[in-house]
Amino acid sequence: MSVAIAIGLLTTAAVYMVMQRGMVRIILGFILASHAANLMFFAAGNTAFRGVPYIGTSEYGEGADPLPQAFVLTAIVIAFAITMYMLSLAITTIRDDDTEDDEQSAVKILGPAGAAPSAAAERNIDYRDDDFPDRGDESDVAGSKLDITTTGAAGAGTGGADASPASPVHDFEGDIDADPNATTTQREENR
Amino acid sequence: MTAELAEILPPLLPALVAGPLMLGGIGAVLRKHVGIRHAISLVTLSLMLAASILLLIATHDGTVLAHQVGGWDYGISIPFVVDQLSAAVLMIISILGIASSLFAMATHEARARFFHPFVLILMAGVAGALMTGDIFNFFVFIEVMLLPSYGLLAMMGAKLGAHGARVYVSVNLMASTLLLAGIALIYATAGTVNLAELHGAAAEDPAVAVAGGVVLTAISIKAAVVPVHGWLTRTYPMTSPAVTALFSGIHTKVAIYALYRFYSVIYDGDDRFLWVALLVTSMTMLVGVLGAIGEKSTRSILVFHMISQIGYILIGIGLFTGLGLTAGIFYLLHHMIVKASLFLSTGAIEETYGSSQIERLGGMLKREPLIAVTFMIAALSLAGLPPFSGFVAKFAIIQATLEQAHYWVAAVAVLVSVFTLLSMLKIWTGVFMGKAPDDLEDRAMAYQERMHGKRYLRSEAQAETPTLTIIPPEDPTTQHGRVKVPMKLIVPGMLLAAVTVFFGIGAELLMSISEVAAENLLNPESYVDAVSGA
Repeated sequence: MSVAIAIGLLTTAAVYMVMQRGMVRIILGFILASHAANLMFFAAGNTAFRGVPYIGTSEYGEGADPLPQAFVLTAIVIAFAITMYMLSLAITTIRDDDTEDDEQSAVKILGPAGAAPSAAAERNIDYRDDDFPDRGDESDVAGSKLDITTTGAAGAGTGGADASPASPVHDFEGDIDADPNATTTQREENR
Repeated sequence: MTAELAEILPPLLPALVAGPLMLGGIGAVLRKHVGIRHAISLVTLSLMLAASILLLIATHDGTVLAHQVGGWDYGISIPFVVDQLSAAVLMIISILGIASSLFAMATHEARARFFHPFVLILMAGVAGALMTGDIFNFFVFIEVMLLPSYGLLAMMGAKLGAHGARVYVSVNLMASTLLLAGIALIYATAGTVNLAELHGAAAEDPAVAVAGGVVLTAISIKAAVVPVHGWLTRTYPMTSPAVTALFSGIHTKVAIYALYRFYSVIYDGDDRFLWVALLVTSMTMLVGVLGAIGEKSTRSILVFHMISQIGYILIGIGLFTGLGLTAGIFYLLHHMIVKASLFLSTGAIEETYGSSQIERLGGMLKREPLIAVTFMIAALSLAGLPPFSGFVAKFAIIQATLEQAHYWVAAVAVLVSVFTLLSMLKIWTGVFMGKAPDDLEDRAMAYQERMHGKRYLRSEAQAETPTLTIIPPEDPTTQHGRVKVPMKLIVPGMLLAAVTVFFGIGAELLMSISEVAAENLLNPESYVDAVSGA
């Protein structure tokens, strides 16, 4: 019963959080949701049996079912990896997280009609100018391919790759770092 | 020979997962050696293709190959099972992997350090998901498949892509969590997650049927079935054409494979729930094709078509007759090739001319006759005109629905294929016919100078040979012919178009594969017997 209530509460909270706008809150929601799913596994293993599941340490009737525990262990690791990836998505991009006011969003500030473009804007709206006037959000390669220039190159063995043993997202971040004005200027503008 | 293969192959099945995984890792370590990374990737993918053809031959008489990984007893171990369906899907996916990698190598995307490793890990996950006989293990392999995809999606267009990647990751994580919850419910109600032991469980026990429903719903999200299709159209046009082509053939199709497999084994093809599938597939067909009509760029039209085609494929489950399943599987195999070919041929234009907006392109028939032919073949095949494989696929599907007297589904299928032809014509007239916009060349040059110039400036170390040669505009009077799609961008799409022609004229071959696969799905007993060793 208590497990069922816990699953219910976790799911409720997860749904609420996922409905929020900021990426970090959505991620927190997913963490709660995966906890709910993990608890369902424990419930499936019947929590009445709580003995240690090693052979010879408890009666067969009392030992816990080890299989759900193994499942949960696997699921936790996977959820953890994806959570880390999502967190990096939330912070490494120019369009920062939690820009709740549309006017304050990086898109607006960096857009063609925006104020004097910062270094970051200069670098990133390159393809937004007259050559590609009405580029839809998801229609034109010129925009969607933009950051091959940064990630692709960095990943292939220049500075970014040296700095990061594992992640392409990190490569991208390294690339921003190479351009010191990139993130800071934009943050200041947001304020 | 078949019998010998059936003896030799099963213990080698884990190598199909372990091999790409390990070689991908090696590729990631070789930081400076782009050539070796290319070679490793192509060799691995070719080996996977060869292995899947061997498996296809070995299972063509209806045999099911099974191997208990680690040599544990049945019931404890995780089995790897291969039958005709999984072997055929694996074969097509390997072909797509090769074509997309060739395309990515031509655009120099594949020079990024993690491109090839990600593709190989993705393939390892696909092979695992297609072979595993355990639902929890299926979940794990789906995640193995998704994690490198997240990387690829973000890599190939990080700024706009990050927007797409957020949607993509969120939706997939939600679906995975739901899948996990469904598996927990199945374990709670049936006491096992082994597919062979679950045989028919949902047909007997309503509780298992509900739990299985959660699993099927989660997989449907991953397969982009209407009404949970929105993420697909918002993310696939966001990344690069090579990655879109790769994903189009892999992610949704593995999910469709799982729908076929799980419904066949766990539900034993129970016909009480089939009307749900028919309703959903009809909606999927209609919504997808209607969405395509409103789109303005080649890639988003094609992505919407993908949804509508997924509806066609799933009719096979909705009917669950011999003919229906055969037609559905045939459609699945044909569609994976055709769709990727379309993405690659329009992608070649996109990579060269810098836009996929129909209104910014035109006159490509004269400029790029090879691409025009490639596109034409694939588009007519998609719309279902003879002599291409699409005609056989659509004909078989409609015949199967009529056989079961589902006249309205047949009517929707015919109507949708008319609309498909209509929007293919929209791309054709907009991109290939007509007059090229005046600024087409300038735009293309500007794009290439910016994109590729920048790309190579930033990575001098690897800039020996730019893909798309930028010729300085010496004489403004010789406007025509300055920009041309290079041959190596055309070849991958042509390769796939050739395959669809081959499967159209030699439909007998693909049809016999589909028939055997359908037979296996109709009688999951052979699957169960092979796993349990009975």
